[in-house]
This record gives sequence, C-alpha cells and structure tokens, in this order.
Amino acid sequence: MSAPVAVRMAPTSRVGMAGFAFGLAIVGLVVAAALVGNALVPQDPFTQDLGNRLKPPFWMAGSQPEHPLGTDQLGRDYLARLVYGGRISLLIGIMTVITSGLIGITLGVLGGFFGGRVDDAVLFAITTRLSIPVVLVALAVVGLLGSGLVLVVATLGLLLWDRFAVVARATTMQVRTLDYVSAAWCAGASTPHLLIKEILPNIASHLAVVATLEIALAILLEAALSFLGLGVPPPLPSWGLMIAEGKDYMFFSPWVIMIPGVALFILVLGINLVGDGLRSLLGTERLA
Amino acid sequence: MSALLEIEGLEVTFGGRTAAVRGASLRVEKGETHCLVGESGCGKSVTALSVMGLLARGGHRFAKRMTFAGTDLLSLSDRRMARIRGNRMSMIFQEPMTSLNPAFTVGSQMAEVMTTHKGVSRADALERAVDLMRRVGITAPEMRLGQFPHQLSGGLRQRVMIAMALMCGPELLVADEPTTALDVTVQAQILRLLASLKRDFGLAILLITHDLGIVARVADRVSVMYAGEVVERAPTAELFNSPQHPYTRGLLSCVPVPGRVRRDRPLGSIPGVVPRIMPGFAGCAFRSRCSHADATCEREIPRRAAGAAHDYLCRLRAGEVIAPPPA
Repeated sequence: MSAPVAVRMAPTSRVGMAGFAFGLAIVGLVVAAALVGNALVPQDPFTQDLGNRLKPPFWMAGSQPEHPLGTDQLGRDYLARLVYGGRISLLIGIMTVITSGLIGITLGVLGGFFGGRVDDAVLFAITTRLSIPVVLVALAVVGLLGSGLVLVVATLGLLLWDRFAVVARATTMQVRTLDYVSAAWCAGASTPHLLIKEILPNIASHLAVVATLEIALAILLEAALSFLGLGVPPPLPSWGLMIAEGKDYMFFSPWVIMIPGVALFILVLGINLVGDGLRSLLGTERLA
Repeated sequence: MSALLEIEGLEVTFGGRTAAVRGASLRVEKGETHCLVGESGCGKSVTALSVMGLLARGGHRFAKRMTFAGTDLLSLSDRRMARIRGNRMSMIFQEPMTSLNPAFTVGSQMAEVMTTHKGVSRADALERAVDLMRRVGITAPEMRLGQFPHQLSGGLRQRVMIAMALMCGPELLVADEPTTALDVTVQAQILRLLASLKRDFGLAILLITHDLGIVARVADRVSVMYAGEVVERAPTAELFNSPQHPYTRGLLSCVPVPGRVRRDRPLGSIPGVVPRIMPGFAGCAFRSRCSHADATCEREIPRRAAGAAHDYLCRLRAGEVIAPPPA
C-alpha cells in the first residue's frame, strides 16, 4: 500500500463554471427566442417593404423604432428574420445530431460490445467516413438533389456520425468489461438488455458532451452551405443565408452581415461553453 | 444425495494457445457448500465463469459432461441458458464496488431480475427485495431501495449483490471470492450470512477462494485446483487431516496453525509459480515444484482414491507422501 495521497477533485474552476453558466444563458436565450420569439416580435419575417430597404439598426442614425435591427435589402424586418433564423439553425443542429447520434452510437456500441468482426466492420465504416470530405459531399448532394431543410439535415446527419461512433465504441469497450455488466449477464439478462440498460446509461455522459459539440458543428456547416446557396432555400431566413444575401451590401450597410454573423458566433460559442462545462461536470471519473 | 452441478473433463482455452482449464471435474451436491481452492491463475474463476457461460472474448469451453440438476448445459440454447442464469443459478463477484450498475437504483436493479425471470409485478418484486435485504442484514431496506450504488459501502453492496442473487430463489450460488475485497470484520459477517442462507434456503454454494481459513470455516467439501486440473477432492475435515496430493500438503503447510507450527521455524512455502501450460503438455503439472517428482511424473498420472469421497491426482499411493511438508 502506498502512502495516502489527497485526491484531486475534477478541476471545476470558477472560470469554467462561469463559462458554463454563460453558455447556458446564451443557449437558453436562443432556445426561448426560437420557441416564442416570433410571437413577441410584431413584424413578419417574410413581409417585404421596398420603401424601407436597408434601414440601419437602432444604434445608427436614421433607424426606425419599429425595426430595432433595421431591415434587409427587401425591407423585411431584420429582428424578425434573425429570430426566425435562430429557430432554423437550432432545428437543423438538433435534428442533425439526432440522426448522426443514432447512427454513430448504434455502430459504436455494437462494435465496442461485440468486438471481433463486428468491430472490424465498424472501424472500417469510421475510417471510410473520415476519408470523405463533408463539405464537398454535402455540396454535391445538395447540388444534385436540390436544397431543402430535410435534405440538409439528412446529408449532415449521414456525414457527422463519426465522432459519436468513436466515443461510443471506446467507452463501451471500457464499460463492457466491468463487473456489473457480467453480473447482469449472470442474472440472465439478454444482449439487448445489456446494451440498452447496462452500457448506454453509463456512457451517456460522454455522448452528451459529443452531442453539444456536434450541434455547434452542424449549425456552422448549415450556415456555410446556406451561404453557398445550397442550404435552406430562400425566403427562409437561415443565418447563413442572411449573410449570403447581405454580402452585396456589406460595404454600405455592414450590419446586414454583422448581425447574423455575431448571432452565429455567440450561439456556437454558447453551445461549446455548455459542452466544456458538461465535460468537466460529468467528467470521465465516473467510469472508474 | 444427488449431484446438482456435475462437470466432467472441462477444458477451457483462450485463443487456442493457453489452456486455462485442463480436464477439471467437479461435483456439487444439492445444498452443500463446495469450495474450489488454489492459487492465482490455476483456473478457479475460469471454471466458475464457464459454468455460467461467461467466458471472455476468445475463450472456448469443451467438456465431456456438464449438467445442472439433470439438464445438460452444453447443449442448451442461449435463450434457455439465459432462463437458468440468475433464475436457478446465480453468481456474485469479487469486487462489490463495480458489480452494481451505477446508473440505476438498488431497488430497480433488484426488481428487474425477478420481473424478467418470474414475470411478477414490480411491486411484488420490490416487496421480495425488501424481505431479502432484511434477510441479508441490511438495515432500513425500504430506504436502500431508492439509493444508488455509490451511496452504499462495500459490505452493503456485497449484501445487496447476495440479496439480488437470491431474488429468484436459485438452487446454486456461485461465489467468486466474495470476501476478498472486504475487510476482515465484514468478511466474517458475509461468511456467516452465506452459511445461514445455505441452511435456510437449501442453497448449494460453489465458493471460489484462495483462503484456506474460509474453506475450513464454511466448506462441506473441497476441490483443490492446480494449473487447470482438480488435483484433489475430499470432504473438508478429511482434506485438512490427511491431505494426499503434494500440492495440497504444500498449501496447508503455508497456513500457521497454533500449537502445530513451531515458532522458531519459517512458515512453509511452495517454491516457484504456476507454470503456463501449453497444449500438448503431459504428465503432472506440479512436478516442476514438487519435492517428490521423478521421471515417472512425466507420464500419464492416475487418479487414486484415498477414501469414500476422497481422490487425488498423483503417481504416489496414499500414505506414500511421508516426508513432512517443507516447514
């Protein structure tokens, strides 16, 4: 036996916790805006008003009180579009992660649990997936099949499952050798029971962290695709699309790309902060 | 008495290279406590695990015969085997700290075993869980039901494991070093508990241990394993009083007995370690560490009888091992 050593707790520093709280606040705000925002903003995100094109936001001269964030090149209210766009970004992020999570977690858990040939097949699938350039394939698919919300979600979902699979596989391998899995087997549990009730709940914390990071990635990718004109089709106001539509006017009306750009940056930052906070809160020490 | 668990000629190999168990034979009678002893790496745990069908990846078992209460375990389908596991035979593990699923409460884990096997309602299963927890000496069982494993101490967890193993009223309990990870006071309580459960429920216990003190306390009969073989089988008293196999004698000489061991002489020990047995090995596996070994030990070794229920695997006849155990 070695001498007793003080056990260092997980480094949940004050800065880290403040970041987590900040991230939660941002994500909470965007979620709330996405859910009820358009009921609170009086303007409609689709109504055009060509007489009031490119009105500046409230902090600049010449702004109008009924358009606090100004209007775009077709005179549509920018705040209403921003709020509506947030809904689309979140929807795409979450739907993509549900799709990719289902694929990745299933593959990873099966590979990690059964090992052998199954694991070889899963590893092959992961390597194959990693060798595919996401943006190029997404561009090709959307270019061939046309753009649309469902298509963007499906494409991203089918392409972003690799991290889920890698993490699920590694953590499953660790958990499956633990005694409580053997004990459950000895108690007569079936393989599906072992996978769903013994393995999954005990790797869930790791997967939650991956999920937050993947949501942020999916939102960024959707913005990139929309910017290239291959994401959600106009007139739906995705943040990426708003930047794309505004880029012709950026020299004289910089706010039309600044506002959605800043919104995108803050949302992704918030989600990543939540992910980091979750990681240090849940930690890996629960596995031991 | 009739045999509850009968194993004949069990062989377990891992990846076809290492032979962990080589032709072990074992017979556990109904309602008896049967101890499987031997040092680390001699195949005790692997034997128990292969009975449950719980071999690690790459492990293969072969046996001439493996029956449980008249049912042939070798030809059983996975589904019928799953119906026996946890229901008619259950197992408790060495390490109580990791044997419970950290994600669920004690109550839901205990109830699940029974709702799965017996099809009873959750409420009935929880009621039985409370009864059994009280039976295994857990205070305030109702409160424990809602607790998670990390809220329990090691001794409590092992009691929960035992109670969980008893949920369906099994006939055989396989206990793989159930007290090794516990401190001595808790160890004594758990052993006493196992003994009383055996008495009250008519439970047969296959207890795996390397602690001869435990064997002397709780066992009815003992099988000594060495390098994947059962080298000696005897009723407990007979084994301690007249051990026949040189390995058994060596093991016993390692244990201090007040009044019998001289204080001024070092305690016995068996030199060397359990050899790694390759396929195709013949003869006595203990010969490299045995003081009686000679050339005949490289040939086939007969199983000799030394009493009604006492046999051993050695070329020497009963009583021929006259040299006192190295002390």
